[in-house]
Amino acid sequence: MTTATRSLVAAGAPGRGARWRRKHLTFDKVSFAVVFLGVPLVLYVVLVLSPFVQAVVYSLTSWTGFDTSMTFVGLANYVNAFTDPTFQLAVRNSVELVIVLPIVVIALALALASLVTIGGPSNGQVRGVRFGEFYRIVFFFPYIIPAIATGIMWNQVFDPSNGLLNGVLTSVGLKGFASYPWLGDTRTAMVSTMFVMAWASVGFYMVIFVAAIKALPAEIYEAARLDGASRLRIALRITVPMLRSSIRTSLIYTGIFALDAFVFMSALNPGGGPDDSTLVISQELFKSAFTKGQFGLACAMGVVLAGITLLFAAIVFLVDRITGGRETAGE
Amino acid sequence: MTIEAAAPAPALAPAGTSPRRRSVPPRERAVGGVSQVVLVAGVIVVALPFLWTVMSSFKTSREIFASPFAPPTQLNFVNYVNAWTQAGIGTFFVNTLIVVGGALVLTMVLGAMCAYYLARFEFRGNRVIYWLMVAGLTFPIFLAIVPLFFILKGIGLLGTLPGLAITYAAFALPFTVFFLVPFFKELPRSVTEAAQIDGAGEWRTFFSVMVPMAMPGLSTVAILNFVGLWNQFLLPVALNTDSHKYVLTQGMASFASQAGYSIDFGALFAAVVMTVLPVLIVYLVFQRALSGSIAIGTDK
Repeated sequence: MTTATRSLVAAGAPGRGARWRRKHLTFDKVSFAVVFLGVPLVLYVVLVLSPFVQAVVYSLTSWTGFDTSMTFVGLANYVNAFTDPTFQLAVRNSVELVIVLPIVVIALALALASLVTIGGPSNGQVRGVRFGEFYRIVFFFPYIIPAIATGIMWNQVFDPSNGLLNGVLTSVGLKGFASYPWLGDTRTAMVSTMFVMAWASVGFYMVIFVAAIKALPAEIYEAARLDGASRLRIALRITVPMLRSSIRTSLIYTGIFALDAFVFMSALNPGGGPDDSTLVISQELFKSAFTKGQFGLACAMGVVLAGITLLFAAIVFLVDRITGGRETAGE
Repeated sequence: MTIEAAAPAPALAPAGTSPRRRSVPPRERAVGGVSQVVLVAGVIVVALPFLWTVMSSFKTSREIFASPFAPPTQLNFVNYVNAWTQAGIGTFFVNTLIVVGGALVLTMVLGAMCAYYLARFEFRGNRVIYWLMVAGLTFPIFLAIVPLFFILKGIGLLGTLPGLAITYAAFALPFTVFFLVPFFKELPRSVTEAAQIDGAGEWRTFFSVMVPMAMPGLSTVAILNFVGLWNQFLLPVALNTDSHKYVLTQGMASFASQAGYSIDFGALFAAVVMTVLPVLIVYLVFQRALSGSIAIGTDK
């Protein structure tokens, strides 16, 4: 534990200077450093950090988990994965999710957050619509429900014959939906799944944006309003640029959320949906590892998933940089 | 409805600086009306599925198949009893309490200690450790899941509730540390110095002085961790394969995916309600503290 020993040397001297007061190395300080820093770090390194590193190594072997010898196969797992039409489809579906879902969720969350903070009457002080607090509490609620419960609930709502949705649609006269399989038709399976995922997450980002907007000085909005700017214009020209860093972080988190999607798929369409139209990478990974025992291949899929996540984050940062540069140049 | 209690929405400017005017221009009223219609529609989309689930959980299977809208003819708890005993939700519930309870205590103790050390002691490598921890927030768990399976197998903790609790705790550490480091940094240094002058060692300073002072922060993180751990899905599904040791979320999934139409739908609805209820109660009791703290967490 070199970090721990090094740490307790400096522990007694918070100052910058290297005043190594060795007489302060009491049992109290040594045990404190070992337990406080050492134990959590060991747990973190063993169970969180090392698996990520090992996964990259495993992805280069043909390991099936049963033999102790691991045969190094280079990039064969990656080649196998990418030449498999099912995995190609899973990648396409995952990419579709990560392109559509973050934008929809963040746009909706921003709109709702604007309504309850600054969308109120434009006389008097800048404020949100009435009952804004109530709306905030209700919209956050889906976020705290276990995702599997959300998925099962919506699976029942979408049920062709006994579901709430078709019940509502037929009762307002849309008889064509009498037994329409929302999750069983390739045209609507993915859209319905995206809707459920958005339902589960919009409220969380709404709450984040509400807090961020409230932290802004009210004078900005008052000034814009005196200039006669419309609500839409205020939202696009003031709120979005001012919340730039919150939006960036939120986009990345929704991206990670969209690329996982495992729990929602498990509840809505465990088998990949009609014609595998909702099959995603995480499901293929899980199947390869825990049903087929192809651990090397599964790890390669994990690396691909992580790669797409990083790529997505990089694109978000890049877009932010490009648009951000223009904003500051214009002002 | 308790709408009145929730209103009025807090304004950006300090309240009471300008009284609301009586006359509202018609255009304003239209915009306000449209906003309310949109928001109420949103409330319906959010609340209706859950209310429908609660209603259906009291219906018999025959009533469920007859009409999705018709209320139950009588309020019976048969579905709840069936879900709790026959579907095994009772066992899963107890397992979940053990795993989430253990993981919560472990991650709070270890996370608070680690965050305190990183926030209050300067040493070489401090920043590196901090960023390694925070980086854990962004890793996709899917990449780690296969090696994790074999690590737990290697130390003999695979498929055990303590093993699952420790794994939960380890994966909750990054968030806990990330959230608590700024919190411990802001606590005044003068208090610790006073305690040390009085002869308190590092251990005593932490447990008798810092922990009580940090209680507001610790309790918010604990609530957020509780919700997160309760909802954990991938870790148990991959690492906890003995059906007697299932936690609620994975038990729910296996219950729902049991062969086709033989599912007891009433019991399924009841199981959903029972899974949601604990987190719903925690949310409603602590919602103010919760939504405020999320904002703090993402500000950094």
